[in-house]
Amino acid sequence: MTADPERALALRTESDVVACRQAVRMLTQGLRFSLVDQTRMVTAASELARNTLVYGGGGEMRWSIVQRAARAGLRLEFEDHGAGIADVDLALTDGWTSGGGLGLGLSGSRRLVHDFELRTVMGAGTCVTITRWS
Amino acid sequence: MTRIPILRMGDCLLVTLQVDLQDGAALDLQDDLANRIAATGARCVLIDISALAMVDSFIGRMLAAISGTARVLDAATVVVGMQPAVAITLVELGLSLQGVRTALNVERGMRLLRSTIEEPGLDRGP
Repeated sequence: MTADPERALALRTESDVVACRQAVRMLTQGLRFSLVDQTRMVTAASELARNTLVYGGGGEMRWSIVQRAARAGLRLEFEDHGAGIADVDLALTDGWTSGGGLGLGLSGSRRLVHDFELRTVMGAGTCVTITRWS
Repeated sequence: MTRIPILRMGDCLLVTLQVDLQDGAALDLQDDLANRIAATGARCVLIDISALAMVDSFIGRMLAAISGTARVLDAATVVVGMQPAVAITLVELGLSLQGVRTALNVERGMRLLRSTIEEPGLDRGP
């Protein structure tokens, strides 16, 4: 698996979230994702980028084009060095939020992608990796 | 950050959301719209989202909040022009935009608003 070197984009401000959406749109277009699949990936990225900013205190998105058999995919990693998530199962529950949101960021974005992985260490940060295959 | 312009046409307020909507601008719009409804006595709000290439939970929440606030201020809201890919993704994300009225395009949205505000209310005499 995997090819292409990883690239990164800082997530420090609201305009970085917009830049992240634009970058993911272009990447999915480059991989010839269908319009709905582009929208799924962009929406998932928007949710996770906002989480990185709001709950993680900022961080970065890294991306890579991955290969599995004949399929190409886009992998995105959202990493912050914030407080971490105390209860991952709870955080992945629809409607649960520690802030003022709807509680759909993590659980909803998981439904929009094929692979979803969440690693978190209390006091050290959180990294969410998502992949969608073409 | 630039504010989203609100146009007035008779007793209607019109808003067009642009592609790169920032969270802060969306929050400002909520405030601005509530103030404009109160100041002008507008009866309806039409929000055109045809230029939005995605609606995430934050924007969805904003649309629901605007609808709710406008209703309390005696104005009807309709969201028009959602792209099919956006609608599919929104529902998969888990948002159904309950309480938000939608129409396929501006024309149908205006018709819906007209029929809503022209319907005589129970508390209004002939």
